[in-house]
Amino acid sequence: MSILVSNLFKLYGDTTAVENISFEVHSGEILGFLGPNGAGKTTTMRIITCYLSPSAGTVRVEGRDVTKESYHVRQLVGYLPEQNPLYLDMNVLDYLEYAAQLQGVHRQLIRRRMKEMVDVCGLGEMKHKDIGQLSKGYRQRVGLAAAMIHDPKILILDEPTSGLDPNQIAEIRNLIQNLGKEKTVILSTHILPEVQATCNRVVIINRGKIVADGPIEDLQRGLHGGERIVLEVELPESETFKTLSVHVKRIPAIESVSLIGEIDGVMKFSVATSQPIDVRKDLYQLCVHQGWGLLELHREQTSLEDIFRELTVDVTR
Amino acid sequence: MMSGNIKHIFLKELRSFFNSPVAYIVILVYLVILGWFFTSNLFLSGQATLRTVFEMTPFLLLFFAPAMTMRLISEEKKSGTLELLITKPLREHEIIVGKFLAVLGLYFFTLLPTLVYYITVSFIGSLDLGAVIGGYIGLLLVGSVFLAVSLFGSAITENQVVAFIVSFLIVFALFMLDKVLIYLPSSLASICEYVSVDYHFSNIARGIIDTRDLIYYLSAVTFALFLGTVVLQRRRWMG
Repeated sequence: MSILVSNLFKLYGDTTAVENISFEVHSGEILGFLGPNGAGKTTTMRIITCYLSPSAGTVRVEGRDVTKESYHVRQLVGYLPEQNPLYLDMNVLDYLEYAAQLQGVHRQLIRRRMKEMVDVCGLGEMKHKDIGQLSKGYRQRVGLAAAMIHDPKILILDEPTSGLDPNQIAEIRNLIQNLGKEKTVILSTHILPEVQATCNRVVIINRGKIVADGPIEDLQRGLHGGERIVLEVELPESETFKTLSVHVKRIPAIESVSLIGEIDGVMKFSVATSQPIDVRKDLYQLCVHQGWGLLELHREQTSLEDIFRELTVDVTR
Repeated sequence: MMSGNIKHIFLKELRSFFNSPVAYIVILVYLVILGWFFTSNLFLSGQATLRTVFEMTPFLLLFFAPAMTMRLISEEKKSGTLELLITKPLREHEIIVGKFLAVLGLYFFTLLPTLVYYITVSFIGSLDLGAVIGGYIGLLLVGSVFLAVSLFGSAITENQVVAFIVSFLIVFALFMLDKVLIYLPSSLASICEYVSVDYHFSNIARGIIDTRDLIYYLSAVTFALFLGTVVLQRRRWMG
């Protein structure tokens, strides 16, 4: 277990930023940490990186407690804070050297690590420039390079792609995916395609609480318990939606049939099951058996956007 | 012996003073003001002495110490880079001490050119070497206290202007304490006299280096740096 968060609380005065959060991250996993703004993502990440102390609960990184063994934890973790703060008056190489020194990289290794990071993050042309002169995309790479300068086992990235253009996002995403092969990564974002592209698992947090935790496919399937299948069928004159639904409902596990639309005898309808059972084969055979012209049959995927919205929309508002 | 981290922070901050206009402006302005008072006084009094340097510098430091120091921590708070520092394997006191030494270094380089006065004046008349050495040691000690206090001022806020004003007020109070003694009851007066920076300086500036004065300066610096460290540690708990 690489990171273990259990029953974590963080209070700021009267407001509870994080309320009883527990999750774990396995070694070599890329975890997407999702949630609307102000949900407690940054607070949680700041606790894992020892910037803040928990009000209650424990966080262990590689078995070490963030409050009692904070010094060790800080050696293990590479952290890219939200907004990517940098010393704008330093040039790229000086900054990387400073980061390496403070991170405790051995003096003889510093040059080599700097060179590696410049190569990995594609900073070759910019390495002698002041950070203040760089574009946002390059600054983000500098931030990443500095976070990884000591080759940490664990990378905590707080919105690493915010404010970048689509090309830059794709580049950073590839970078993270490559890194994720050997490192444990927690990545916070509210850009959902990014999670779908890079993460093995997501934790969704809302108002300081975890509302979902699991692989993306599981979440997509599991949200409603069952599955939803959409069909488009050409019916003979004699049949109506009513007679159709009688036939369809004979298939066990099917709970409901609902009409989506009908044009010139082509019926579009959806079928819902109560359990995650695949009924597509049965539906196909039914159509063949009845002599219906099957034009379309697909399983409806709940998109991550839908899940996200469903779980995080503020009910009280 | 400086720990590695203190050294890295010290060098980084000292470099950034000299990579930006800050260092040059500080040195230039200090020398211009001091030079004006020095030359005019020298010819008026007709004495071979560096007294102006030693009398004016603590006074100028009331403004210079907060100005040189205000950026050091408040800027890191504002830009968010403090988060980078705090999440590195460093102790809070290493951050404070490293930055303190850096600004002390800048102060040292500010004083350095005034040695020219020593050389020129020593051509005109014989200088009391003991008083000069004592004076410079005293200036470094007074400066250390003012800079350490200002560093604390910089640690408590992310606004440089606030940092400057708070630091100035504390430093000014420390400087003025022994000038308001007559208004105070005698029981308080002796305490205030002891806490006053200038009172101890006047001893050293005469060339008398007393351990009591040294202990005062060292403990004042240590206490101010300790407070700065506590401020940094406390923010971990507050958020």
